[in-house]
Amino acid sequence: MLEISALTSHYGRIQALKGIEVTVAEGELVALVGANGAGKTTLLRCISGVQPVSGGRIRFDGKDITRMAPELRVGLGIAQVPEGRQVFGPLSVEDNLRLGAYRRHSKDVDADLQRMFKMFPVLDTMRHHPAGTMSGGQQQMLAMARALMSRPRLLLLDEPSMGLAPLLVAEIFRIVEALKKEGTTIFLVEQNAYAALGIADRGYVLETGQVVLADSGQRLLSDEKVKEAYLGL
Amino acid sequence: MFAEFLQYMLSGITVGSIYALAGLGFAIIYNASHVINFAQGEFIMIGGMASSVLVAAGLPLWAAVILAVLLTMLVGLALEIFAIAPARDADVVTIIIITIGASIFLRGVAQLVWGKSPRSLPAFSGEEPINLFGAALARQSLWVIGVSLLLILLLGWFFNRTLFGKAMLATSYNRLAAQLMGIGVNKVLTLSFGMSAVLGAVGGIIVTPITFTSYEAGIMLGLKGFSAAVLGGLGNGAGAVAGGLLVGIAEALGAGYISSAYKDAFAFVIILFVLFFMPNGLFGKRSTERV
Ligand SMILES: Nc1ncnc2c1ncn2[C@@H]1O[C@H](COP(=O)(O)OP(=O)(O)OP(=O)(O)O)[C@@H](O)[C@H]1O
Ligand SMILES: [Mg+2]
Repeated sequence: MLEISALTSHYGRIQALKGIEVTVAEGELVALVGANGAGKTTLLRCISGVQPVSGGRIRFDGKDITRMAPELRVGLGIAQVPEGRQVFGPLSVEDNLRLGAYRRHSKDVDADLQRMFKMFPVLDTMRHHPAGTMSGGQQQMLAMARALMSRPRLLLLDEPSMGLAPLLVAEIFRIVEALKKEGTTIFLVEQNAYAALGIADRGYVLETGQVVLADSGQRLLSDEKVKEAYLGL
Repeated sequence: MFAEFLQYMLSGITVGSIYALAGLGFAIIYNASHVINFAQGEFIMIGGMASSVLVAAGLPLWAAVILAVLLTMLVGLALEIFAIAPARDADVVTIIIITIGASIFLRGVAQLVWGKSPRSLPAFSGEEPINLFGAALARQSLWVIGVSLLLILLLGWFFNRTLFGKAMLATSYNRLAAQLMGIGVNKVLTLSFGMSAVLGAVGGIIVTPITFTSYEAGIMLGLKGFSAAVLGGLGNGAGAVAGGLLVGIAEALGAGYISSAYKDAFAFVIILFVLFFMPNGLFGKRSTERV
């Protein structure tokens, strides 16, 4: 479904991605782990089209989308839950969700809204409150629900567990697994390598802009190098 | 005594409505792009000048108004597409300087095309003033206040009730997230210029029967509108309206009771005074983003 080849990206003179090769197949849950500053966020931003690509290719469903405008990619079914949640603070929870469905001009948006309230009951209770007044965990739920409102075929998650209490982290990973069961293809970026690789079909390890390891989630979990560098074992 | 006060208030509210529209124009563009568009006053001028010229050329008022608003909107869109968009990645100060350049350019073109002499429009429904508790209320003032109120309500509805309006707000709160939702943020920016131009044009047209207009009328009106926007807390729509009325009323009272020679100074004195005590304006946004 997603094929990335020889992808490079720069911030001014700094090269953040140095020839990335990544594929995600339909229905897969693929994890991307790596230390601070490895380039994980940059890669997701390139996939969504909000970060300039300096070389290489991104294909979605076989179609070259490397230079496609970001809003059209959302229309193709690529949604992202960005790092740091990025909810629209002054807007109500419901408005945030409706904006998630911005590219869908159908009437069943209301039904999806109800679906989200069922999946994340806290959003129902906070429905009319400004998103910015919610706790970090609640905002993360909102950010995920907002992305799901676009009915994505490929969901990009950038460190959804960052800064959350352990109980909430478990909740987030439970939701990610449930989404996968429903058939959503997921590309999950995490610093919490243990939990991410634990639920992933396959994983990639990114170091300073390069993929250094690629294998099944289980094999990466038992890889000595991964254990040492990311699992603190 | 009271009639006199009422008279000043009426004229303050009338001109304040125009400042409010201009202030809203600043707020809309500021929200979408954090740019202060110093060509806002020229939108007001173009609306007033174009409609006067067209009426003088024999067009019926309604047709002149529609054409003048359309022309101004096109100028606003063109300004964004040809001057602002190419510099989108430049920093905000650069873009603000571009808008200052554009304002000088538009003033120059207006002078070239329409000449230097001041122009006017006939009042929309007669010159005969209405007697209101001893004060004379110009019929055109009712037009100004009514149309401004209508536009303000319309904008409120647009931003609070329509998905596209909310998408514009979302773009101002968080551009990256807006892009990730599939909102075409470039379209939003272009549109914000078109909307501000329309607001300016309408303000310029309805006030022209009262104040006259000329190729350089936009300078002062733009500054007053900017004052209104700053007073209300930049980017706050309701604040810009309140700020506009405040500036207008202060100006009218000052001119009436103190001296009309310093009319324009009052607005700026108020601004300095308010900003000294409330740097975020009267209704400055408290940041509610992210906890
Ligand atoms: N806006 C920016 N300007 C300049 N350099 C940047 C910018 N954003 C990121 N970088 C650099 O690009 C590299 C990759 O950053 P990126 O944010 O993609 O890493 P990351 O893997 O997501 O890190 P983290 O785990 O901290 O989120 C880093 O070296 C970073 O310093
Ligand atoms: Mg990151």
